[in-house]
Amino acid sequence: MRLGQGGLIDRDAPVSFRFDGHVYSGFRGDTLASALMANGIRVVGRSFKYHRPRGIFSAGSEEPNALVTLGRGAGQEPNARATMVEIHEGLEARAQNCWPSAQWDVMEVNDLFAPFLGAGFYYKTFMWPKKFWEKVYEPAIRRAAGMGSLSGEHNGDLYEKAYAHCDLLVIGAGPAGLMAALVAAEAGADVILADEDALPGGRLNGERMEVGGQSAQGWAAETVARLEAMPNVRVMRRTTVTGVYDQGSFGAVERVGGHLDRRPEGLPLECFWRIAAKRAVLAAGAIERPVAFGRNDRPGVMLASAVRTYVNRYGVAPGRRVAVFGNNDDAHRTAADLLAAGVHVAALIDARPEARCDLSVPFYPGAVVSSVSGRMGVEAVRVETGAGTQRIGADCLAVSGGWNPNVHLTCHLNGRPVWDDGIASFVPAAGAVPGLIPAGAAKGIFATSGCLADGARAAGEALQALGIATGTVEMPEAEDAAYSLRPVWHVPGKGRAWLDLQNDVTVKDVKAAAQENFRSVEHMKRFTTQGMAPDQGKTSNIAALAVLADATGRGIPQTGTTTYRPPYSPVAIAAMGAGAQGAGFAPQRKTTSHAASVAMGAPMIEAGLWYRPSYFPAPGEETWRQSCDREVGWVRNAVGVSDVSTLGKIDIQGPDAGAFLDFVYTGTFSTLKPGRVRYGMMLREDGHVMDDGTTACLAPDHYLMTTTTAAAGLVMRHLEFVAQVLKPEYDVQMVSVTEQWAQFAVAGPKSRELLDGLLDAPLEPAAWPFMACGDVSVMGVAARLFRISFSGEHAYEIAVPARYGESLFRELVARAEGLGGGAYGMEALNVMRLEKGLLTHAELHGRTTGFDLGMTGMMSSKKDYIGRAAATREGLLDSERERLVGLKPVGAVKQLTAGAHLFAEDAEPVRENDEGYVTSVGYSPTLGHFIALGFLKGGPDRYGERVRFVDHLRGIDTICEVCPPCFFDPEGERVRG
Amino acid sequence: MAELVATSPAKGLLPVTIGGLTLSEPAHAMMTGISPHTGEVAQASALLKQATGCDLPAPNRLTRSGDAMALWTGRNRWMLIGAPAPEGLAETAALTDQSDAWVAVTIEGPGAALVLARLCPLDLRDTAFPEGTATRSEIFHMQAIIARTGPASFLVLTFRSMAGTLVHDLTTAARAVAARAEV
Amino acid sequence: MCGERDRREFYYGGTALSRPVGTDWSAEWDDYLHLRENPAGRSRELWYHETGCTAWLVVERDTVTHEIHGVRLAAGGRS
Repeated sequence: MRLGQGGLIDRDAPVSFRFDGHVYSGFRGDTLASALMANGIRVVGRSFKYHRPRGIFSAGSEEPNALVTLGRGAGQEPNARATMVEIHEGLEARAQNCWPSAQWDVMEVNDLFAPFLGAGFYYKTFMWPKKFWEKVYEPAIRRAAGMGSLSGEHNGDLYEKAYAHCDLLVIGAGPAGLMAALVAAEAGADVILADEDALPGGRLNGERMEVGGQSAQGWAAETVARLEAMPNVRVMRRTTVTGVYDQGSFGAVERVGGHLDRRPEGLPLECFWRIAAKRAVLAAGAIERPVAFGRNDRPGVMLASAVRTYVNRYGVAPGRRVAVFGNNDDAHRTAADLLAAGVHVAALIDARPEARCDLSVPFYPGAVVSSVSGRMGVEAVRVETGAGTQRIGADCLAVSGGWNPNVHLTCHLNGRPVWDDGIASFVPAAGAVPGLIPAGAAKGIFATSGCLADGARAAGEALQALGIATGTVEMPEAEDAAYSLRPVWHVPGKGRAWLDLQNDVTVKDVKAAAQENFRSVEHMKRFTTQGMAPDQGKTSNIAALAVLADATGRGIPQTGTTTYRPPYSPVAIAAMGAGAQGAGFAPQRKTTSHAASVAMGAPMIEAGLWYRPSYFPAPGEETWRQSCDREVGWVRNAVGVSDVSTLGKIDIQGPDAGAFLDFVYTGTFSTLKPGRVRYGMMLREDGHVMDDGTTACLAPDHYLMTTTTAAAGLVMRHLEFVAQVLKPEYDVQMVSVTEQWAQFAVAGPKSRELLDGLLDAPLEPAAWPFMACGDVSVMGVAARLFRISFSGEHAYEIAVPARYGESLFRELVARAEGLGGGAYGMEALNVMRLEKGLLTHAELHGRTTGFDLGMTGMMSSKKDYIGRAAATREGLLDSERERLVGLKPVGAVKQLTAGAHLFAEDAEPVRENDEGYVTSVGYSPTLGHFIALGFLKGGPDRYGERVRFVDHLRGIDTICEVCPPCFFDPEGERVRG
Repeated sequence: MAELVATSPAKGLLPVTIGGLTLSEPAHAMMTGISPHTGEVAQASALLKQATGCDLPAPNRLTRSGDAMALWTGRNRWMLIGAPAPEGLAETAALTDQSDAWVAVTIEGPGAALVLARLCPLDLRDTAFPEGTATRSEIFHMQAIIARTGPASFLVLTFRSMAGTLVHDLTTAARAVAARAEV
Repeated sequence: MCGERDRREFYYGGTALSRPVGTDWSAEWDDYLHLRENPAGRSRELWYHETGCTAWLVVERDTVTHEIHGVRLAAGGRS
């Protein structure tokens, strides 16, 4: 029911919204919860397990009951807390866990079975018969369970991530936070003030009190405005700090666009902030705790502070006849605020026998509420006084069991809160998070003036640590009431007494846990699911601890708390993964020939972050094999062109460059003459092969190393490690030039003919033997030419500055086509290297040694190099190791597959008999059959033997002959010719 | 005879204007990586200063003179942009041509720092990252060189092959920043 | 050298050790490759500023609190 006046809503700005299909009206400044309340809606959803009707319980992010689904279709968002949703035009919300509606829900029958569905029910019941679990029980339970649901469609909403830096992060903008921000900002510090509410102010916005000679609401608004006007302050509204990480890193989620009537194009729904702060003040306040009594989950039972917030901030009365029950002065404050707003107070029930009341309301000192009655909402409360039981008619019961400081963030780095008897709750341990200073209610200080003063003190402490002088900021006057409380956790009465409203956990469940010997709080939590719902038990955990402590005969501090982990409140996965959808998933590296290749119809495949053409289909070809076979034929018989720019290129210079290469490669490079290229193999220090490639000597003390595409980054890191950590005395400089050069392989018997037509001066055959390199000029552009080959053909690689890459690729392809060849892709490249037995990372997979690969001849015995000592270990030189061999099918053409395993010809193909595995397979059009490379026990010692080739996964079982890895032109006549 | 045609890394992608922000690709300029040999930093710096007016700046800094700009780009690494490496510098430093290795994007206008703050973990506040700052960091998983060339203008370089991703990420962030300004 | 930087820019390179001398396999090599202390407390580690200045750093870090007690360039000089 909307009150006639008051509140921070804009009564001149009506807003219409939909809830469960009906159109309602509220005002700008309302949350969905306050607007529903204003429209007299009491039941806003059904509970998770028993489908009991539930109403609005709180007025903040701790809300356990009022979870709704926002929107429809792809963007549908479940489990939104109605207390945090600002109403806006177009808002559409639906109640959850109910069908057909919150008012009439068929699953309510669960509630009738409640005696059977207590904690542990699932564990015990559905265990037998065992085979029923997968087929019957689990699918049925899955259908009935779950909180809200997603659409299953792709969500097109935008999210973003961002970084922010500051001197001081103030978490929470209540009295302590505002004061801390003000003191720090006035002293000149860079301040971020983050608050989860749309309207900063914290409790000040929900109370009817004076601060600094004006209303608390007015003082909060004025202070926020003052802060927002300062250039060194960033006030982040709707921003919840969700996690604390090492060295002053914080995670925070900001609600950016969801509350707007119209979301501008490109505006994200939420932003996930990574905030780096030199110091932080935790002014996250406290959460009021309820008292457990019979049927305390009925709509209308609310936190007393929430009742004041609805009255004072939203101008809404949560009921017509409100009863108030508490164990501290906040109950009186609530009754007073209700009276001031003209709401009838049916009773003020105070658990403290010594309490006095100066309000004209029916007052029951030393009394407690044992239960409420009413099915879809509170109709009456049952009060136990010293004199007996009384039934008092009321449609709302405001409950205050005291306050729990929001210690969560102080526990994210393993800190454990400590029990404070004075407030009967946990407070942050001193120094729990380095640089994070708790202040105000988060520390257990509950009087407004105390919070203001403590905020200023915390800022002063932070400023001192930052080396910034503190100025003087006037301290506003405010109430300074003492906090006097008599702990009451549970009042026995009629009906179940609820603790965790979100997961439907009762006092009885917690006692059952203790009875079943789940005495540890962590075990109790998992047995009952207490605190495991999205709200993480914000309003219930401490009471559950108290019940467990009582049931196990221990004190609360001995019982301890469960572990508080990030996030403080739920964060959409979409926000944490923001930017990584579609093209943002990973950087895409495209070669200069990318567009031309795509235009030629080439399917692009990923090679690390790079995209490379798989093959170039020609008209009439229906399978990739046809294209691949044709491209291989071009290179073997005419000339082919392929982009090889993705290989890593590292420029290495300096007087010690040769010595450096000798140390990182197994072979010797210091003897390499300018104008020559050498193949090299690099080991890890453990003696296994890391990478291979060619290195060219461009000039004295100047080399160009190539790495495989996949290992380019790894090799660069390794080289830097060697140069900086192992050999800092070497004068050697290196830098990646991978991206500077567009490099193309020109391979085939007609490659020289092609180049002679292209280059500004024809190649002098004597000056360009195999493994030569040098500078050339192509159409007036300075280029580098390398006579190297990965195909076994007479071949070159030509490199030009990348800006000419696209143009040169088109030119090369056109000229190759003129000579009866053309572009070839990765498939053909792979087939040709297989025919030659050349290696890729399929073979250099990290567990193979130079010995396994038959390259011991390249491992110098005259010098130290990385991996030398380890490579000489006996076990790595055992001839029975799995060593590289070639494999060819015996008999008619058979399909071979990579990943197959090798067995003796007559052996059973089981693991015990495994003799090796197959790493690469291709169909060789040159030879007319499949060929494979693999690793076989005994390797080269078994050339000519027949082995059983079995791919269990693809159902292939055939016989192959073991042969040398090089299938084609083993003498290398073509490559040298 | 045909000619090889030069193509810029972000050809067809830039410039774009989003809200008050402009993303553009500067004209192709000569870029040279400079890594002085052991003990030769001062000598190399003096040579460079004499020829271009720029010395080798301290870590996280850049120096400018006319069209020439020298940026610190890492441990014992600098980049000279917009001028040829002077005669004799190759005697004291390892030089590499980097003119084609990078895609460069300038981001100009109010909110430029906010756009980068969506992609880069650096502290880009005026006090921490004033004009004349140049450093290495990452732009949404891409290695990058980032420099502040004016009060509201930044120069960002990533590997040439990542031009498409860089433009995609920058424009997405710029749209979000511009949309916030509308609210 | 770069000032304080975000953790994301770094690559962890393991415990900082001295590479043994000698090209023959030995117990020292075995230690260097395979044996590691696993201290709950201060640890001397190598970190690589991969998306930054590419310096390898020797970092003294507390494995319990993650506090950094000292950083220097592995190659020598100030960090």
